[in-house]
Formats: sequence, structure tokens, C-alpha cells
Amino acid sequence: MRKTKSCGLALALLLGGNVAAHAAGPKAEVIHWWTSGGESAAVKKLAEAYQAAGGVWMDTAVALGEQARSVTINRIVGGNPPTAAQFNTSKQFLDLVEQGMLNNVDDIALRDGWDKFLPETTLKVIRVDGHYYAVPVDIHMPTWIWYSKAAFKKAGIASEPRTMDELFAALDKLKAAGLIPLAHGGQSWQDNIVFTAVLANVGGRDLYLKILRDRDPGAINSEAFKKVLMSYKRLHSYIDAGSPGRNWNDATAMLITGRAGVQIMGDWAKGEFELARQTAGKDFGCIAGFGANSPYIIQGDVLVFPMTTDPEAIKAQRLIATVATTPATQVAFSKKKGSIPIRTDVDASRMDICAQQGIAIMKDKSRQMGNGEIFLTPDQNGALSDILTAYWNNNIPVEKVQRDIVSALRN
Amino acid sequence: MRKQVVSWGALLPMALIVIVGYLGTVLWTLRVSISSSRTFPSSDFVGLAQYARLFDNDRWLLSLQNLALYGVLFIVAVMVIGFLLAVFIDQKVRGEGALRTIFLYPYAMSFVATGLVWQWMLNPEVGIQQAVRQMGYPDFRFDWITDQDMVIYTIVIATVWQASGLVMALMLAGLRGIDEEIWKAARIDGIPAWRVYVSIVLPMLGPSIATAFVLLFTAVVKLFDSVVAMTQGGPGIASEVPTKFIMDHLFGRAKIALASAGSIVMLLTVLALVAPYMYARSRAAARKEAP
Repeated sequence: MRKTKSCGLALALLLGGNVAAHAAGPKAEVIHWWTSGGESAAVKKLAEAYQAAGGVWMDTAVALGEQARSVTINRIVGGNPPTAAQFNTSKQFLDLVEQGMLNNVDDIALRDGWDKFLPETTLKVIRVDGHYYAVPVDIHMPTWIWYSKAAFKKAGIASEPRTMDELFAALDKLKAAGLIPLAHGGQSWQDNIVFTAVLANVGGRDLYLKILRDRDPGAINSEAFKKVLMSYKRLHSYIDAGSPGRNWNDATAMLITGRAGVQIMGDWAKGEFELARQTAGKDFGCIAGFGANSPYIIQGDVLVFPMTTDPEAIKAQRLIATVATTPATQVAFSKKKGSIPIRTDVDASRMDICAQQGIAIMKDKSRQMGNGEIFLTPDQNGALSDILTAYWNNNIPVEKVQRDIVSALRN
Repeated sequence: MRKQVVSWGALLPMALIVIVGYLGTVLWTLRVSISSSRTFPSSDFVGLAQYARLFDNDRWLLSLQNLALYGVLFIVAVMVIGFLLAVFIDQKVRGEGALRTIFLYPYAMSFVATGLVWQWMLNPEVGIQQAVRQMGYPDFRFDWITDQDMVIYTIVIATVWQASGLVMALMLAGLRGIDEEIWKAARIDGIPAWRVYVSIVLPMLGPSIATAFVLLFTAVVKLFDSVVAMTQGGPGIASEVPTKFIMDHLFGRAKIALASAGSIVMLLTVLALVAPYMYARSRAAARKEAP
């Protein structure tokens, strides 16, 4: 008797719980690869904001971007799509758009005025033929130049380098002081980041766009680009023997312990400094680029909305698109993630000085610029990255590298 | 007649699996490889353009070269070491069971885990090189894993360590199947043991060797996890292999047409290597059956 009673109670609770869940509003299942400590703290902020707006948030976290994206694509093709899924701010989801597999959120974008506050670079990625297919979540800048103040002091470097030549001079001084000048993890994506930094800072805005956006053979074969490639290769002489295969966070640790001087890495490296209780401006410095016109390179994450006709799911998708872009959510998310908000009209006073510097630069539209993934297809970007990593590690004549890049970006 | 129906009926599920599961997917891959498919298969036709791109790609060519070098070294080394281990255990050593387990253990473990350990051991800054230097040999060098020209040999070393135990087990089973009388006869004739192994036992191990060879050959063709765990294809592209190229293009680079072209090339390579062997075997079998 008692047993049936408790069963009945459990059943009632179960039903009640279900009813409550329905009453609580649209349920959203979101596939993403925000799995590391800082990342999951960030996505929790997003989930909290969504729940505060009356929705029910369900995480499906899949480690590694590539893995998560293939889960998403498989589930869409298999007819069981999630409510929303993470992609990078890039051409990764363009095929999904072209195949008609995504819902747009045009009404939300128009109502909230996305055109007014989103950077042009991001807009160009999420807006296809006038429709808005994704909601941007954050902006990462992959080519920050980080340096250890302790190492700089030991090497007798008085001031922060302001030009590429000053950076090379600083690296020489670090080498002379017996330190590892450039902490670098020899994995192809990290080689690619160093190249992008050199292209932006040595080549400048026009050359950058001619190479990555226009894929102009004339520009790739030019003397100016040759100089970029040679500066990139010159940085290789400042790394240590243990560099090949090293993870990026191990390279950051070399700055934290003062064993190495400089690292070129995205703003997610801030998380490592923070874990070691180091403060920006006091223990380490961050340089977004050289000169007042240096490009601020944009990469980042978006959420896309797989095609569905279920009104509940569409409601959930529209609610995510609404919540994700609000200034409060944006600041809370980026503070945990190490990124900067997708909009500059936010209260940045509680963010660190590197993020504040980034937001200040972003206010100048002429300095915003996409990374390779935004302009190139994943395939082209991969082929370019193969050539750059081979050049970084081998003695290949620079002319051959130029020829190879022309042919890799041709198709 | 009835018997035939029953036997065909029994064969049907397998025949279906072969036709749909194997041949069907091969044909599908072939079809995709002559299209311009990106994330999703598309039905257009671009001829051999993907193949032309494939063989214009330095990374793919280097992958093939790496695989050939790796394959020869790996198979020879594993065969020799596996056989010697089996002979060693066959000497009725004490603690045979324990030794067998130890030698076979690497094969039972996931290479994703052991590959990481190898990566640390081979890392010049924290691994063997550093340890020997601290023992008082400051000039000792063992930095193959960061060396463009030597990195592929580190993969050979690690995978030989992993696979030798398996070959040992196969060979040992073969050795135990050898008739004691042969050993007795050889002893009476005063033939040294090594000579018996080389001239009598080894030829009798034919089936075991063939099995081991087939297993190792497939391991070579699908070499992937060890490279990913140890070097991720680096430094640069120095230790890239075809399967990694295919996987990268299948998912990360969203170019399934190029990935399919790579798979077809791999399939043709394997067929080209296996076909002569199959032909020779069927010829031999036919000769045996002839009166």
C-alpha cells in the first residue's frame, strides 16, 4: 500500500515536473564545444540569461569543434536537429545555408537592429542573400602579441615594442639574455596565427585583403608579400627546440614562468594568465597590433538554427537570438570566455585592460577585419595552412611558397 | 535442388552485406570523388579534377611517401622482433605466462593513451634526451620527434613496440603446433637449433606468417591514431599520412570530394599490391587440383 502511494507520488511529481517544464517556456537544445573551464563558465552565463527570459536550456556539449560540427551536421541530415548549434564565425555553415537546412531569424535581427551594432565583418558572414542565419555570440582576436614583463625586465627591454622592427630587436635582446624569445607551439593552426599576425602588421590592411579576400595572384607574387613571408620565417629563428607539437597553453605557461618573452596567440590565452593569478598590465602585456591603424582581426562563435517547422522550437530559436545579443549577456559571457562583446555599446569598465583596448579599437570600423576563415572556404584555408606550416618548419624557397599559395587559393 | 535453395538462402544475408555494405559504399565513394561535393554530396560531374588536385598537393604526395617508408620498416621490424620473441618464449623459459602477458600488453592498450606517453618520452625537453643529459652526458641528443627527417622513425618505433606482441602470439601458436618428432629427429642428426628454426620451422610457419602479414598490412594502410596522438602530422607536415589527409578533408575542411578521391587512390593502391598475391595463390591452388 505504501509502495503504491509513493509510486503515485512519484508519478504525480513526474507529471507535475513535465507540466512545469512546458509552462516554463520554449525548450532549447544547444550543441556546442565550449567544454574547457572558462568556456563552460561562459556558456553557463548564456544559459542563465536564456532561462531568465523564460526558456529551458539544455546543453549538448561535444569536445572539439570539428567533432561537434560533424555531430550537428549528422543530426540535421538524420532529421533530428538540435534547436541551435555552435559554429565559428566563418564559411563553415555556408553549405548548410545553401542547402536550405537553416532557419533564419530575420524578424529578430530587424527588430533589434543588428545592422546598427554588429561589425560589418560579422554581418557579412551571418547575412546570406539578405537573410540572417546565425546569431553571433563573441568576438575573438587571434593575433594578440603577449609578453612577459618579468622576461622583458631581465633582458633589459625598457618599453613595449611599437613596430615589427622593435619586436625583432626585443626578441634579439631576449635571446642575448639567455631566454627563449618566442614561446611557440609548433602545430599548424598556431603557425597560421603567427602568419596572420605578420600579414596584418607587416603587410597592412590592403595587402591583407588582397591576399585573403581577393586571393589575388598578383598580390601573392608581389615583393611586399615576399617580405611578409620572410618576416614570418624570421620569427622561426627565435623559437626553442621543444616547440614542435607543443600545445598553446604550454607555450603561455612559458611566459607565465618568465622563461620566455613573447607569444603570439588569441585572447583566449588570457584565461591561462588568469588561472596563474597574473594581471594584465602588471605581470604581462598585450599588444593588439603595431601602429594606430593596425587591423583588429575578428574571429568568433555564432549559433545557427537548424530548419524546423515545430512552433515550439522556432519560438526557442527566436528567444536565443534575442537573448544572446543583449549587452548584459554579452559582457557576462565575454568576461568568462576571454573574448570581447559583439557590440561596442556596452559597459566595459568591469573587463580587463586588454579587452577594453580591444573594444576601443573595434569602435574604429576601418580597423575591423576578418580572419582567414571568414574569407576562405574551410578547404582553401586548410590548404593555405598546410603550405604555411611546411614553410615554417622547412627550408623552402620563398618563391615556391608564393607559387604554392597561388595554386592553393585558385580553386 | 532443394539443398541449393537452402544454401543460397543461408548465403543471402552475407551476400547482401557485401554488395550493399562494401561494394555499394565503394561505388558511392567513387561517385562522390568525381563530383565537386563540399559538406554534402552533390550530383554534378567534374571528371578527374579532384584527382588532379590530389596529385598536385605536396602534403598528399608526402603522405604516400611516408606511408611506403613506414610500411616497409614497420612490417619487417615487427615480423623479425615478433618471431624472435616467440622463439625466446618457446625455449620453455620460466614465467612464460607473465612474459607473454607483458609482451602482448601494449597491443591491448589504446594507442591514444600510449601515444601520449611516447610523445612525452621522445620530447627533447622533458623526455629521454633530458634524462640522459641530467645523468651526466650533456651532449646527448635524441630529438627525432622534432626533426623533419627523423620524425617518421619515431612513429615506427612506437608502433613496433605496440604490434610486436601480437605477432609474437601468432608465431608462438604456430611454433607450438610443430611436431615434437621433428625436433627429436633434428637433435639425433646433430643439427644446431638456429638451423632448425631457419630451415625447417620457419617454412612450416607459413600460414602464421601470412596471417601476421595481412594484419600488419591493414594496420599500415589505416595508420592514423598513432600519428594523431604523437605528432599530429608535424613538425610541419613531415609525418602526415593518407588517412589523416582523408579525415581532415572529410570533416574539418568540408571537402568530401577530395577526401573520396584520396580514399579511392588508397583502395587502388591496396588492390595493386594484393592482386598479384591473390593471383599467384589461385594459380597455385589450380595447379594442385590439376591431375
